[in-house]
Amino acid sequence: MKSIILIVGARLQVALLLIFSLYMLLRGHNDPGGGFIGGLIAAIGFTIYAIACGTVSAREALRFEPASIAAVGLGCSLLAGAMAIIWGDAPFTGQWLFIGAEDGDKKGLPISSILLFDLGVYLVVLGAVLSIVFALEENI
Amino acid sequence: MSWVLSLPLIIPFATAVFAFLLRNSPLGRWTSLVGSSVGLVASIALMSTVLHHQVITGQMGNWPAPFGITLVADLLSAVMVLITAITGIAVAIYALGDIDETRERLGYHALFQVLIAGVTGAFLTGDLFNLYVWFEVMLIASFGLLVLGGSREQIDGGVKYVTLNLISTIMFLTGIGLIYGLTGTLNLADLSGKLDAVENQGLVTVIAMLFMVAFGVKAAVFPLFFWLPASYHTPSFAVSAVFAGLLTKVGVYALIRTFTLLFDGDVGLTHTILLWVAGFTMVTGVLGAAVQNDFRKILSFHIVSQIGYMIMGLALLTPLALLGAVFYLLHHIIVKANLFLIAGVAKQLTGSTELAKIGGLYRSSPLLAALFLIPAFSLAGFPPLSGFWAKYILVKASLDEELWFLAFVALAVGLMTIFSMTKIWAEVFWKAHPDGRQPALSGLVGRTSLIVPIAGLALMTMVVGLMPEPFVTFAEQSAAQLLDPTPYITTVLGPQP
Amino acid sequence: MEQLLAISIGVLVAGSVYLMLARDLLRFLFGLILMSNAANLTIFVAGRLTPGAPPLVPDGVDAPVGLVANALPQALVLTAIVIGFGLFAFALVLTLRAYQSLGTLETSDMRIAEPDEPK
Repeated sequence: MKSIILIVGARLQVALLLIFSLYMLLRGHNDPGGGFIGGLIAAIGFTIYAIACGTVSAREALRFEPASIAAVGLGCSLLAGAMAIIWGDAPFTGQWLFIGAEDGDKKGLPISSILLFDLGVYLVVLGAVLSIVFALEENI
Repeated sequence: MSWVLSLPLIIPFATAVFAFLLRNSPLGRWTSLVGSSVGLVASIALMSTVLHHQVITGQMGNWPAPFGITLVADLLSAVMVLITAITGIAVAIYALGDIDETRERLGYHALFQVLIAGVTGAFLTGDLFNLYVWFEVMLIASFGLLVLGGSREQIDGGVKYVTLNLISTIMFLTGIGLIYGLTGTLNLADLSGKLDAVENQGLVTVIAMLFMVAFGVKAAVFPLFFWLPASYHTPSFAVSAVFAGLLTKVGVYALIRTFTLLFDGDVGLTHTILLWVAGFTMVTGVLGAAVQNDFRKILSFHIVSQIGYMIMGLALLTPLALLGAVFYLLHHIIVKANLFLIAGVAKQLTGSTELAKIGGLYRSSPLLAALFLIPAFSLAGFPPLSGFWAKYILVKASLDEELWFLAFVALAVGLMTIFSMTKIWAEVFWKAHPDGRQPALSGLVGRTSLIVPIAGLALMTMVVGLMPEPFVTFAEQSAAQLLDPTPYITTVLGPQP
Repeated sequence: MEQLLAISIGVLVAGSVYLMLARDLLRFLFGLILMSNAANLTIFVAGRLTPGAPPLVPDGVDAPVGLVANALPQALVLTAIVIGFGLFAFALVLTLRAYQSLGTLETSDMRIAEPDEPK
């Protein structure tokens, strides 16, 4: 489909959707949101781009093969779960690091293994959905 | 504890990630092999821990049971995990010689490792919803493996496999919803006590039937097995070997677990149905095999008939019968996977699996013929191989219960199995090849990686057959655990009042 | 409210069985999707319907205050939806492939992998 309106609109929307997906990913720990929804929103962004400009340019914009993105995401989530062994906890126990906190008052910038896990979920969803969408698009 | 339990799951997943990223390089297949070996070590560690502690449990993320994700291993789970790892490594070696580069590029090794992870997870999980999740992990990987390569036959078989398995999934999910509404928990150990306290026992039986149908489809029992012979002969041989060895057995395991731990309230109804199902499964499977003229199709129908024996052990629910079921489960995984692997070599040597188009293997590759005889005779129940003891125990158990007819059926089905195995022997090995080919093993590319797993599995069959004592004792202990789930429950939930 | 949901589950299952009895593979698949929605609704209803607030924990306390909805069945349904989504996406791609390589979606014509029909 070649439509100048769609192509111009798509560029704007893709950028907005990708930023929104990151926002969803990051706010997920205290409010509704998270890696799954973020990944879906990002996938919607690339899907719109693929509809407007074709899967070839969508694949170029993505840079990596969607299935490989999903595999890396699975690796991230596994790593987040396996990290707990360093602290001697059970697998998938959340590990927190508060950057800039004084004596453990939990007020610094919170970085956690849960964020890594969610990032993994984000990548898995993005990669898996896009590989199906691209496969269907290219078949039609 | 929780690390011993979760390593057999984490390792195949990690291997899958690396194997997928390396799918375009020859390193991918070696990654898969190394991962399978490490996985085998992890499951041996699990086995030895369980032998020491009897039942072990681990909570993911330190959330206490019954609220968190629980992994449990009793003797049955641990040995199933171990045998999964053994089958996994055998098939991973075999895949070196069987899987072509096109399939590797599509991600064969990653899917295979995910399948192993799914199967292992189903054996280790301690709650119903996670059992569902592991079933799905296993299912999606098996979907991929089944249609990998995408020949017309594979697509056709895949459609039947996918649709029927999805129906079973939905049944399972509905059962989970109802059981949660009834008891408010999904943890197996917690459910075991709470289901007995439910006022409306009729509804519990209804749920039991939903689960029986759902797991029955997975296990391929009598009226629900049609997807199996429609699809198992289509994918590559490494894939059909691991399917034949493991997938249906996960269904059988789930049946054994739920119908000993959860649904033991109305044994008169549920287990009588299982008994009939077992009888019909044995007979239809073996009759189906008798009319087939394709190496893999005969073997596929024999999976169905052998499942009947295991269900029979569960249905009788005596210590001896459950012992037989567990023993049969272990013996059958090794033997069946091995037979499919041999079918693969036979196909590579002779060019087909249709009995009419092949032959001459006894003369040209006597080693393969000898290796075929071991699992084939074991399947049919010849002494002193593993299948003899398995069948002997089950027949003895049914005679103890004075079910003469069932014992007769079990023996008759054994005879019919010999008929099918002799048919394969006569057609594939004994008669000359119709084209006059003399296919020798020495001319086969990658023959070491094809023969080593076959020989290894055959050796295991021999060892179990010649020294059944420790294995029977082990099966006896795990059957005792299944019949008295108190240690299981107290290990998971802590001491009960 | 429970009765209403129970009825709608029944309607969904009835519709799905009707669709699944069709010989067309695509209709069958749509029936399957309807039935999986019915299963998800069953789990949802099993968690009891309450006029509660979303189960969010406010700052400074350990548990949500007041009457909140049961979060577990919602989490289960969400997982089931996600898994179902993956499975049905695969099934849809498979159906497309089946149509391309077998040239038909009539289930009774799909017998490439079966032995020839006896004449």
